[in-house]
Formats: sequence, structure tokens, C-alpha cells
Amino acid sequence: MANEVLEAEEQGIGADLGVEGEAVADGPLTHEVGVDETLHAAEHDAPGMPQLDTAVFPNLIFWLVIALLAIYFLLSRIALPRIGAILAERAGTVTNDLAAAEDLKAKAKDAEAAYEKALADARAEANRIADETRARVQADLDAEMEKADARIAERTAESERAIAEIRDQAADAVREVARDAAREIVAVMGVEADPSAVDAAVNDRV
Amino acid sequence: MAEEVHGAEEAGGLVFHPMDQFIVEPLWGDGPVSWFTITNATLWMALAVLATYLLLVFATRHRKVVPTRGQSMAELVYGFVYKMVEDVSGHDGVKYFPYIMTLFLFILMANVLGLIPMSFAPTSHIAVTAVLALAVFLTVTILGFVLNGSKFLGLFWVASAPLALRPILAIIELISYFVRPVSHSIRLGGNIMAGHAVIKVFAGFAAIAAISPLSILAITAIYGLEVLVAVIQAYVFTILTCVYLKDALHPSH
Repeated sequence: MANEVLEAEEQGIGADLGVEGEAVADGPLTHEVGVDETLHAAEHDAPGMPQLDTAVFPNLIFWLVIALLAIYFLLSRIALPRIGAILAERAGTVTNDLAAAEDLKAKAKDAEAAYEKALADARAEANRIADETRARVQADLDAEMEKADARIAERTAESERAIAEIRDQAADAVREVARDAAREIVAVMGVEADPSAVDAAVNDRV
Repeated sequence: MAEEVHGAEEAGGLVFHPMDQFIVEPLWGDGPVSWFTITNATLWMALAVLATYLLLVFATRHRKVVPTRGQSMAELVYGFVYKMVEDVSGHDGVKYFPYIMTLFLFILMANVLGLIPMSFAPTSHIAVTAVLALAVFLTVTILGFVLNGSKFLGLFWVASAPLALRPILAIIELISYFVRPVSHSIRLGGNIMAGHAVIKVFAGFAAIAAISPLSILAITAIYGLEVLVAVIQAYVFTILTCVYLKDALHPSH
């Protein structure tokens, strides 16, 4: 029914344009134009859905296929291999970096152990040197002490001898003085005395 | 002629042409739309291709190990779809990843670009979504028979059900199998078309001063919803494709 109406309309337009005669003369062509015109009219007139306008289906489908092919080639030739490579590279880099970090950590541990060992060695060496030095110093010190002790003993003995000498001399001097004093006292008292007896008496007393 | 009709309606006050945005028309001139005519649909499909190029090729051009913002987005989309294919279709589904990625990106870009005001959403056309769904349906069916031979029919024969029930289940399974492309295509096309039409209807109400604030608020809210729908429908279409692919690869229940 709609077709009839539209055909009538088409004929009306044809009449307006004055091509009706030609249209009648050339049947198939008119029919083709009529269909085209009908669809075109339906597209604008229909209050319904342009989605149901089958005249544009070939257009939509054709360009859809082109668009899909374009996207497919973009993806399969360029984008997906590239992004896949980037992701693989990143995963590889991360793995490598982790391995390298593990390696460096082991190295650091080794270095620390070596350092600790060197430190312990150095400490032992230092102790050894200190002990040696201390022993040497002690030996020197002992020798010097011995020498000093010997010298001191010598000096002491010398001093003691000198003191003894001085004491002897002092005792002799005292005896002499006492003897002289006793003789003089005896002489002053007017007693003729034997000097030897006086001396003996004094020697007994002193 | 169309302008005359529109003019007549505008004189009456409210103007509703919620479906005019879906009209396919030539970009240049006003001739008939033949299969190769460059139309608004062509333009927006081309822009979807361009957007795909920008996201996945242009943004990754430096191939950085430490990615830029654009490259991270590309990697995010790649990883998202790759994981979906792997999880849903299994390891042997991974070799069909480029095809599924193509579908996902075309639908996603067409949906999102279609949300730009005055634009055209190719995915709102049933012709487009039907081709996409049929391509998936035919690919999966042919693949199923090529890979599994007659064992593919095991998909319809529920071996775990009681024997008496199996023929009935087979009929149900068969029907549901052939309904797949229909639901697959109408889900996407219907969602996009309905959302865009609703926004246009509210835009029509905005002409009345008294309710225009409410109308604009509603447009804003629905626009937000449509952004979600645009992404979710692309996701749903893709994940269903993966599910169908899984059926073709492993037809047993």
C-alpha cells in the first residue's frame, strides 16, 4: 500500500518535472528510479527507525568491512607485535634486573665477609705486633732495670764502705781525743801517770 | 521535502526527532546512498580506525620499557583483552586474540566516539552489529566443525542429563545456539540506539523553559550512564565472543 502511495507521489513529481512521457516510454529505467526515490523518501519521511532503511545496508556493511580490515591489519601487523614485544622486553628486563640484584647482593655479602676477615686479620696482626712490642719493651726494660739495680747496688756498697770508713775514722778520732783529753786531765790533776795505762783505760771505756 | 515536514512540526512547539541522528547520508551532496558512497557512517568508522591507530600504534611508537601515559593505556587495553581471551577461551584461544581485539576496539571506539555531540554511532545500526555478530557466529561454527568434526555436535547433546531429557535439551540448545547472533547483535545495537534516542528526547524537552534545567540534568545523568554503556557493551560483545569461541574449541559441556 505504501508503495502505491509513493509511486503515485513519484508520478506526481514526474508530472511536475514534465518527464512523464519519457518515463512511460522507458519502463525499466523508471522503475529503477522509482525504487530509489521511494527508499530515499522513506528515509526522511518514516517516523520509525533509520536502522530499518535497507537501502543504506550495503553502504554500512561495505564500510564496516573496510574499517574492520583496516583495524585488523593495524593490529596484527604493527600494534599487537609491538606491544607484545614491549611487554616481553619489560618482563625480561625485570627478570634480568632481579637476577642482577641477587648477584650484587651475593657480591656484597662476599665483600662484607672479606672485609670482616681482613678486619679480623688486621686485628690479630695488630695484637701480635702489640704483644711483640710489649715483650721487647719489657725485655729492654728488664735489662735496664737489672743494670740500674746493679749500679744501685754498687753505689750502695760503695757508700756503705765510705760510711764505714768515715765511722772508723770518727771512732779513731774520738779515741784519740779521749786519750789526749784523759792525759791532759791526768796531767792537770798532777798525777804522774803511765801514758800507756791511760790509753788502755780510755780504750776500755770508748 | 523533509525540511518542509520538520518546519511544520516546529511551528507546533515541541520538536522530537530522536531518530534523525541515525540517518545515513552522504557527506557531500545529496544523492542516493550506494554501497561505496562516503557517508557519515564512513566518516565515523574511519575515525574509529584513526582512534585505534592513535591509541595502539602512535602512543607506543617509542617502545619504552618505562611507558608513557599513552603507552600505558595501550598496554592496559592489550592486557585487558589478552587476559579475557586467555581466561575465557583458554590457552588455545590466544591465537584468535587479534580478531577479538579488532572487534573490541572497533566497537569501543565507535561507541565512545558516537557519544560526541552531533556525531554518528555506527554501532547503533543493526546492519553493522548484525554483520559483526554473524561474522562471529559463522567463524565460531565453521571453526567448531573444522577443529572437532562431528564432535562439535556434542555441544547440543547434554551428556550429563538423563537420557530421556537429552533430545528435548538438544532442541533447546539448538534454538539457543541459533538465537546467539540475534541477541548478540541486538544487545549492542539496541543499547546504543536507545541511549542516544533517550538523550535526544530529553534534548527535545529542553526547548521548554520551565523544564529545561531538569531536562539538561537528565541529559547529563544519562550521558554518564551512556559512557558506561558504551564501554560495557564493547566488553560484553567481546566476552561473549570469547565464550562462543570457547564452545568451538572445547565443545563438551
